Formats: sequence, C-alpha cells, structure tokens
Amino acid sequence: MSPWVLRGLRDGVVTTRWPKRPDGYADTWRGPVVVTGPPPPGDDPAAVCPTGAISRGPGAEVAVDQGRCVLCGRCVRRFPDVFAFSAGIGAASLTRPGLVVPPLPGTERDLAAVRASLAERTAALRRSVHLRHVDAGSDGTEEQEIAALLNPVYDIHRLGIYFTASPRHADVLLVTGAGAYGMAEPLRRTYDGMPDPKIVIAVGTDAVSGGLLGDGTYATSGGVGSVLPVDVWLPGSPPPPFAILYALLLALGRLPSAPAGTGGGR
Amino acid sequence: MTATAGRATPVTALWDEIAGQVAAGRRFAGLMGTQRDDGLLLSAHLAGPGQVTTHEVRLPPGARSYPALTPVLGAAFWYERELHDLFGIVPDGHPRLEPLILPQPVRHGPLPRPGAPGGGDASGEGDGGAGAIWPDVHAVPRHVLGAGLFTIPHGPVRSGVMESIEYLVETPGEDIPHLNLRIFYKHRGIEKRFERLPAADGVLLAERTEGVASVAHALAFAHAAERIGGVEEIPWRAALVRVLHAELERLAAHLDAATRLADAAGLAVAAARFGLHKERIARLTGRMCGSRFGRGVVVPGGVSALPGIAAADLLDEAGRLQRSIESDVRVLMGTASFLDRLRGTGRLAPARAAEHGTLGPVGKASGYRDDARRARPYDAYDSLGFSAPQEHADGDALARLRVRWDELRQSFHLIRQAADELADAGDGPLAVPCEFGSGRAVGWAEGPHGEVLYDLRTEDGRITRCRPRSPSFHNLVLFHEVFHTDILTDFPFIEASFGLSIAGAAL
Repeated sequence: MSPWVLRGLRDGVVTTRWPKRPDGYADTWRGPVVVTGPPPPGDDPAAVCPTGAISRGPGAEVAVDQGRCVLCGRCVRRFPDVFAFSAGIGAASLTRPGLVVPPLPGTERDLAAVRASLAERTAALRRSVHLRHVDAGSDGTEEQEIAALLNPVYDIHRLGIYFTASPRHADVLLVTGAGAYGMAEPLRRTYDGMPDPKIVIAVGTDAVSGGLLGDGTYATSGGVGSVLPVDVWLPGSPPPPFAILYALLLALGRLPSAPAGTGGGR
Repeated sequence: MTATAGRATPVTALWDEIAGQVAAGRRFAGLMGTQRDDGLLLSAHLAGPGQVTTHEVRLPPGARSYPALTPVLGAAFWYERELHDLFGIVPDGHPRLEPLILPQPVRHGPLPRPGAPGGGDASGEGDGGAGAIWPDVHAVPRHVLGAGLFTIPHGPVRSGVMESIEYLVETPGEDIPHLNLRIFYKHRGIEKRFERLPAADGVLLAERTEGVASVAHALAFAHAAERIGGVEEIPWRAALVRVLHAELERLAAHLDAATRLADAAGLAVAAARFGLHKERIARLTGRMCGSRFGRGVVVPGGVSALPGIAAADLLDEAGRLQRSIESDVRVLMGTASFLDRLRGTGRLAPARAAEHGTLGPVGKASGYRDDARRARPYDAYDSLGFSAPQEHADGDALARLRVRWDELRQSFHLIRQAADELADAGDGPLAVPCEFGSGRAVGWAEGPHGEVLYDLRTEDGRITRCRPRSPSFHNLVLFHEVFHTDILTDFPFIEASFGLSIAGAAL
C-alpha cells in the first residue's frame, strides 16, 4: 500500500469548520486599521501614513480608507489611542466607499441596494462556483494566499468552490495587483470571455487602490477598478486566505447572518 | 575575451576588466543604469568574498549607443535588454534586443529613465527610445523554423493561480527545442516608484517588490541604507530577529516549491501535506509579527519589535514542525513515481551555471554555490554555525529539490540557534538611529531564491535611485536553456523546481 494513504490520516482533520463554526485563527486575525478615538490636538495623523489612507474631516475627526491601508502599523505605533488594527477577516466591502471607517453618511443605504442587485445576479450560481484568477501586477503574495485556499486547512472544495483553467467556465474573477498596463488587455479579454452572470473581486490593497505604488504611475493604473467593474473590494497586504474566503462568500450571499468574529458584511 | 579590441574606449576597457575579474573567479552580480544630468551612468556589480564591488563608466550626454557587454560576458544578456527598455540606449552588438520589461502601452510613452533628476514618474523626451522599431506583441515570434513546428503561447493568463508571464514554447508537438519568455506584462515601475520616497518608506516598498522574499528584500534595502547612514552594527537582538524571519521565509518558499512539484506529479496527499506544512509556517510567522510574510519587521537600523511569541515556544514549535516535515520528506524522496519525473529533468550544466553566476538553489544544484550568508555575512550569520554544505552537481530538478531539503535543515538549525541566543540576550534598544542623508551604497541578503541586491542612492534623506536586483531576474533567463531533451509535460516540474517569482523579475 502506498505510504501516502496513511500520511493523509496522520494529523486527523485539519480543515476549518468556518463559516459553520467560529475559527479562532480567523477571529484573531489582524486586519486593516480602524479609528478608535479622536486625534490629539496639534498633531496631524495623516502625515504618518505612507499611502495617504488617513484623512481629516472638516472637523477634528479622522477617517481611514482601508482600501489604501497596507497594514504597516505606523499610525498604530505613533497614535495608539487613535488607531488600532481591526480584528477578524471581514475587511471586504461591496462598494469602494464602504471601505472608509468610520462609515460615511449614506453608505449603509447604498450598500443595501448593491447587496440586493448582487444577490439577484448570483442567485443562479447556487452551490457550484468556479473561480478564475488573473494577476494584474501583484507582488506575488496574493497568489500565495489564493493558492492556499486549496490546502487542507481551508479546502474550498468543501464549499462547492473550484478553480477553473478557462474563463469560459468561470463565475468569479479574482484580480490581484495594482493594474499593470501590460495586463490591462489580457485582463479585459479574460473578463469578456466569462459568461454572465459574473463577479469581480479585487484581492488586496494593490488591486483596490494601487497601495504603495500609488494612484497611478507610468506603469500601473492605481488598482483594477479603472479596468473592470469590481463587485467586491478586499483590502489587505496581502489579505489572508480566510479574508479571501470571506470576500467570496460575501459576493455569493452565502455568509451566515452573524458570521463568527468577522464584524458582519458591509 | 577582448571582443572589443581595436577600438578601445572607457566602456570597452571596463568591460574587459570585468570579464577578466569574472574569469578570475568573481561573480557578475548585475549591470544597471542611472540617468544623470551629465549622461547615463552604467554600474556593474561584482560579488566576491566579503564584499560586492561596483565598477562604473559614464556615457556622454546624448549618447544613443555603447559597445555591448553581452558579447564579452553572456550573463549581461537580460541586463542590457533592460537598459535598452528603460533608457532607450542601444548596446551595440547585443545579440537580441527584444523588449524585456516594458509592455506595449508603456513603450509608446516617454521612457522611465530611472535616476533622472526630478524623479517622479516617467520623464524625458522621445518615443520608444532611440528610434527603435518595437515588434508587435500579438505577432508570435519564431526562432526555430521547420516543417510541423509551431509556437504555443502559454500565458500571460495561465491556468491555475500563477503570476503573469508568457512562455512562447516552440515545439514540433512534444519536444521543446526552444522557448522564449516575456516578462513585461506585469511591469509595475518599481524602480521609478522608489524615487522621491522618503528613505524611511523605502523599506515598505522593498517588502512589496517581491512578496515571497519580503524579508530578504527588506534586509538588502536596510543593509544599503545602513551603509549610507554609517550604522556599523545593529543591536544583537535585532540581528537575531532578522535571522529568524529570513529563515522562516526560506522554509515557506521551499515548502511551496515542494507543494507545486508534488501537485505537478499528481501526488494529491503529498501536495496536501506540504501545503499544510507551509500554512503552519505562515501562521507561525504571523504569530511572531502580525504578517504571514514577515512584513513590517525589518527597519533600517534594526527591527521594529520582538517576536510576539516567547523564544521557548518558538523552539518547541520549530522542533515539532521540523519532525513533521522531515518525516514527509523521507516518504516523498522514496516515492519512485515522483523521483522519476524529476531525475534528469531540466538539467542545467555545471559549467553553464558557473559561467552565468547562477544564484540560490538553482546554482547550488549545479555545483555553483555562492551563499551571501556565508560568503558575505551580515546581521547575525557570522556568529551562527552552519553545517557543512552538501555537494550537488546533477543540475536537474531532483538536485534542486535536494538542495532545498538541505537548506530546510540548515534553516531549522539557524532558527534554533537564533532563538536560543534570543532567550538570554538581555534587553536594550531594538534599533539604532539610521540617518539617511546623502550617499550611495549596495546592500545584499540571501533570499529563498538566491542573493537579493540593492543599489541605493539618497540625497537629503530622499531616495534618488534604487535598483533592486532579484535572483529571479538573474536566474529566469536560464529557463531558455534547460529544455534539452524535455517535453511539454516536464514544463511544470522545471518551472516549480526553479521556483522563481515574476514580480521580482519584471519589477
């Protein structure tokens, strides 16, 4: 008998039960920065952020655009009373403005409308979903984290989610990277090759906003939003496999009503 | 060696000197350009025991060409294509000056010309560079002609979760007599992006230059910055923390290569086992610093924090992981159907590896072993013990996997020593102040795929030129040359055994 048969049994079941059951690793994950208090008078917290994610409102309040946060932690170290890392994996949002914390006025109303129209489109996908991934100028880590969804810990096959080699069979397009101009046309052709209904998920801060590469350079377009209509925005540098899984289930409307430790869908 | 004899110029004199030094045993580590007011500065780096030396020559302003280095030193082949792409300068006598890193939409704009005063985004005049005619990327070039030969364009969007690259596989159906690479699809303009960044932010971009070697890039950048800032020595504990993260990163990369190889061979359980091991390493790294890729740890002058877990727990965990991994390695290296696919596959001849100065596991598997941790030690490496390196010279995919297992044991050995030292290293600051000021320095670190090299220049605390040279860029060109008797189904094995990252090559 092949020794691999016994190897497969060696550690018992290592697969997470999430989203059915809470998962300690997911709950304690360190996500993008949130605002926990008012800024000290005199200091400008916006100046410490290398990607311009922190902004001052008209008053004294500060806001963080998590779509720009690369989780370097400078603001948290410098202003521990103002900023903190969020806990959990629920960083994904169905709208780009939905990534701003604290939420902008009107975000909740907009979200409800987006959620309803997305649910209409994804109803046909039911419990068999096929993913296609395209790298549009990533640093290589997002690919590692997406590929990790296939390892026995996450094992997305248990949720009826598979990777497919052809855009013709794909329902969901996972796009990584800051939107390299060289990939704009291959990306668009992949998208055009997918049948309707189709969903686009921007995976990682680079894909959402360009991250440290900025709003747009001679070689990148500051995220993939200018190339494709994005349905789910997922910040993270890179987002861990759990956060990618959360974003997938958010897009498919398959998150339990109160998923454990994720902060709820937005 | 003197292909340029008869028309000696400062450039050809330098090329002859470099070729002579390489023939005498130094390693060619890269050629890069810097645009300056007074012309284009060409800098060649040579690695040897204890140091990397830089040899430079400046072309006159407005120069449109120079005598190529490639005919004298083949390892410069891609470096000169990159110079042509970025600066529009023509290396006269270069054998094949096709576009390498600039994609079509960018090529029609102004050239990037890294280092150009003023910094920022693309600057300089001219379209497409020196009146060159760029080939149409949609036309598939053919280098091998004959009845029944065709080209398979494999990429840039590929099956599976892969980085974007295009392989043009020229084949009569099964053999691969020739293969061409196009890496420009995911060019991100990293070099220009460094310019005008405050030097303190540079390390963040370095971590994102090639994500699977985040720590190695951060280290190489920090070493260059520390040389500019006159930092003689970083705190001992910081040096140990750096070693811990660099070795964990190596473990993750080697386990990833093993997972891909097992997957290519259809060994589902083996792929699952090594995928599980890799996940455990990522989680351990995450527990130590909050990032599964060791980001945010290295800062110029030291490290940002101590690991989030106690040294004793780290020792326990490392011991458990090593036992579990090594037990699966023994089974994998006894699985005949797996070894058959790797043995003799993708062979890189030792002479060719030495001639090219091949880096990392690819070089070591072909008997060319240059390891920056030993040859040019940094941080805590010269105080830690290495076991004697194993000799490999078969140069095939199997030898590359064996090198990775040797390195894996070595990494665990180093992690144990560093954690032990860290447990009773006392306290004190974790970083010393590092003033960037103005200056220029080269920094290096041994990443999972080989030596990462940074050529850094700062003025008044801002970066004016930064050229990261990833081992992926240096080694990927050899991919052309390893398909001697191999067929299409060997492709995934050879690719996984090289284990390179396109992000670091295309920048």
